[in-house]
Amino acid sequence: MSKIEEKARQARAKKALYGTDIDLEGYEAESRGHEAVRRAEDLPEDVKKAALDVGVKLDSESSGAFVQMDQTPVVAETALEGVEIMDIASALKKYDYLQDYYWKLVSPDADKYTADVAASPPAGYFVRAKKGIKTVFPIKSCLYLGSTNFNQRVHNIVIAEEGSELHVITGCTTPSHVQRGLHLGVSEFYIQKDAKVSFTMIHSWGREVEVRPRTGIVMDEGSSLSNNYILLRPVRTLQTFPTATLNGRGAVASFNTVIYASMGNLDVGSNVILNAPETSAESISRVVSVGGDVIARGRMTGKVPGARAHLECVGLLLSDKGRIYSIPELDGQSRDLDMSHEAAVGRISEEELEYLMARGLTQDQATSVIVRGFLDVEIKGLPEELKQEIKDITQREDLRGA
Amino acid sequence: MEVIRLLEIRNLYASVGEKQVLKDVNLRVGEGETHALFGPNGTGKTTLLNIIAGIPRYTVDSGEIIFKEKDITHMSMDERARLGIGMAFQRPPAIRGLRLRDLIRIINPQVDADSLLEAMDFEGFGERDVNRGFSGGEVKRSEMVQLLAQQPDFVMLDEPDSGVDLENIKLIGQAINRLTQKDLRPSLRTKSGIIITHFGHILEYMKTDRAHVMLGGTIACSGNPKEILDQIKTNGYEGCVACLCPR
Repeated sequence: MSKIEEKARQARAKKALYGTDIDLEGYEAESRGHEAVRRAEDLPEDVKKAALDVGVKLDSESSGAFVQMDQTPVVAETALEGVEIMDIASALKKYDYLQDYYWKLVSPDADKYTADVAASPPAGYFVRAKKGIKTVFPIKSCLYLGSTNFNQRVHNIVIAEEGSELHVITGCTTPSHVQRGLHLGVSEFYIQKDAKVSFTMIHSWGREVEVRPRTGIVMDEGSSLSNNYILLRPVRTLQTFPTATLNGRGAVASFNTVIYASMGNLDVGSNVILNAPETSAESISRVVSVGGDVIARGRMTGKVPGARAHLECVGLLLSDKGRIYSIPELDGQSRDLDMSHEAAVGRISEEELEYLMARGLTQDQATSVIVRGFLDVEIKGLPEELKQEIKDITQREDLRGA
Repeated sequence: MEVIRLLEIRNLYASVGEKQVLKDVNLRVGEGETHALFGPNGTGKTTLLNIIAGIPRYTVDSGEIIFKEKDITHMSMDERARLGIGMAFQRPPAIRGLRLRDLIRIINPQVDADSLLEAMDFEGFGERDVNRGFSGGEVKRSEMVQLLAQQPDFVMLDEPDSGVDLENIKLIGQAINRLTQKDLRPSLRTKSGIIITHFGHILEYMKTDRAHVMLGGTIACSGNPKEILDQIKTNGYEGCVACLCPR
């Protein structure tokens, strides 16, 4: 038995630190297979449409695409020389060196969910931008949970080599007929010297779906990351706490989280360890609850002099049924740090409502306009297309007050 | 021929919180008329406008407000707006994430946002969040652009000239003339307005048909705008009322 399997076996029942506990036995480990296609545009229309719904335009220009339906990778398409996209199982077979990246940032025995992913045959994507390659168009990926009550396990590895630039958008979604399911996603990001990465994840699930992403990121000297997470639709439970370690001088990380919770139990946030001089990190979360129970975390740990960090957790609570629990944490472990946070949980300003109503908007319209505006985070480091995509998603969703 | 009444306020008493601010206000504004409202600070001018707009913090104790022959005394503010009442706010809030261009489109999908922004010398502000980081003069222009989009039948302006330089005052005066159809012959005008101003600078650039002086929560005197303004300048508000409208 390999070390990974051994660790996984031991952690099979290990509860996660955060989030409600899930009984994995309640979900199916096997699903039917799906037919692979050579190109993303050859996918079934309903899959393309579902991807489009989470901001992934599979028909438009990209640097590559990856689609996984349930446990089957159906597309792994590279459109640009110097960018490699494969399903992780094939990549592990092809490249011995990948063992040095596999389960190195997320531990198989972190909790029962990582253990479950580690105990299953690997599925997910491997993306690599070779040294100096700069992509303009994003890599588009879609993780599609298409079978009711299925436990989808995903393991992704992204490597941005020295001086490369890589933009990835991942939409995770269920079709409307699937309401119940489980999505476990392990992602490991290696952002090497002077590389620039944006990773945008948009989730849209069924009302009874449970979601546990597990993400580890390591950043070398001069690298930058813009990590964006958007969830505007109902989900039963979700817990995620991606951890980025800034190991190289001058690395810059930015996390943006946008949540509109109408129901469910959500525990979201980011964890950044500033481990080198001149590193800086920013984490901005905007949460609207009209009934969802949301914990918005943010943790920054400054370990060396000269590190800078800022946290912003702002919430609009629009219903007595909901809850927003904002937990910003700053952990300074050195002199000469510059770390700050602001947190607020509040309501929509009467003055703003009245102002818009004086222009003829109904109270519902005015509320919706203010909520959209609140969730419209100015995201740095994203290509125009993705900025627009995020804006469009916020615009077209039906976001209202309680 | 008598002008058609657009707005009529009868025996209006109104409060903010516990405090009664308006006491027996009576006012009639005909179609096509623009009125000026003068008076010292704290005398109820802004309250009167807010009451007409229907801002919920203000409560009508008694009396009625008739607009287009409908009793709007207890109508919600958005209904009033859709019925044709518009207001420029003195200190409007900023709205994060809402671009001015998008607000214009929401207010009136038929209108050409670019031409309105251009008319107010406000190109480039369409992509900015509404009122966010705007200077005093920019806020006023933002208000005028929104009203030009809204095209209200009755427009209320609360000190559109305060904190604004001369060039902007002229621009705002022109916009008010446009909102109140002063480019049309008087007999063709149907849109009306009311404006609060302290110094009357703006009146050099816009046309008014009638003026009122508010004192102690009521309209104490009404008459010709120029005559009233001259009296206020010479004798003060109370002197003006004593001279022109002795009891």
